Amino acid sequence: MTGTLLQIAAMFSVLSLLAFGGGAATLPDMQRQAVEVHRWITAREFLDMFALSRAIPPGSLIVVLIGQKAAGILGGLVALVAMFGPSSLLAYATVRLWHRAGAAAWRETLEQALAPVTIGLTIASGIALARSTEHDLAGYGVTAGTTLLLTLTRAHPLMVMGACAVLMMLVAG
Amino acid sequence: MANRSTPRPSLAALFLSFLTIGSTSFGGGLMGWIRRELVERRGWIDDQQFLVCYGLSQMVPGATNVNLSVIIGTQLRGVPGAVAALAGLLLVPLAILLTLGVFYFAAHDLPGARLINAGLAGAGAAAIGFNIATGLRLGQHNLRRIGPVLVAAAIIVGIGVLRIPLIEVLVVMLPVSLAVTLLERAR
Repeated sequence: MTGTLLQIAAMFSVLSLLAFGGGAATLPDMQRQAVEVHRWITAREFLDMFALSRAIPPGSLIVVLIGQKAAGILGGLVALVAMFGPSSLLAYATVRLWHRAGAAAWRETLEQALAPVTIGLTIASGIALARSTEHDLAGYGVTAGTTLLLTLTRAHPLMVMGACAVLMMLVAG
Repeated sequence: MANRSTPRPSLAALFLSFLTIGSTSFGGGLMGWIRRELVERRGWIDDQQFLVCYGLSQMVPGATNVNLSVIIGTQLRGVPGAVAALAGLLLVPLAILLTLGVFYFAAHDLPGARLINAGLAGAGAAAIGFNIATGLRLGQHNLRRIGPVLVAAAIIVGIGVLRIPLIEVLVVMLPVSLAVTLLERAR
């Protein structure tokens, strides 16, 4: 049990510091470690947890569900602290540094350099997730359709997710 | 970190504001809810300060919304402010999620769970589409030159297609992107 908690803490605190461009960037790595390396959950469960946590603020609490499955509520809380602790400390240090003189010259350069990395990671994580979560033809159809819909229109993401849930239930039923 | 002439909220007020934000922003758009509560309703920071905080929260690794809460909390009340903001933001969502988790783990092996699983699969496939669409929209607005487009494309192929681990991609692509930016600025 303590061993599992330590594994959870180690895994998520590393991912915390790699999550450039927000939590989505780490999803493929998180999935590989939780499913293939530690075998805490299946690929199917990972996608379920992703769907459950996506609509609940701040949208990245999937780590809590993974920790909860691996080691109960305590595991969920350890995952939470490990995932948000290191990055929060870094955010705190950054805002302190930022208000010192001299940071302004670097700011724009860093922001410009990070933009394509962030955008690439966001799209890549979506593709990697679709490929590795036992997607069938209908799953790919739904992902492609919602990608188009949400890129081209101002449809509410929660409404779209709800509609797709109902659609797949009708197909299965 | 002196704020201009903005009033300094009490820790309790800060906590309550973030509790409100965490309880109302289901479905996404958290950044918009934070701005609405802190800039428009409370007036604790102005729009310019908000944008600086948002930019900073994107540069630091970690969930952008969580970073934004920490940074604004720090800006307003130092370390205790950051803790109050984070606790307020996460309290209600966390309670709901842990409860949902208990139900999910108990229910999804039952025979009647086939429909629920199908529904979750549909929502999950749509959530993936939401992620890709967010990336495409950001690209539309922020990638206007060939260098940055190639950097983004290389990352998409490396992680999405070739499944190279995140850390290896970042070790290579962060310096490359910085070099591309510096080269473009030098011209």
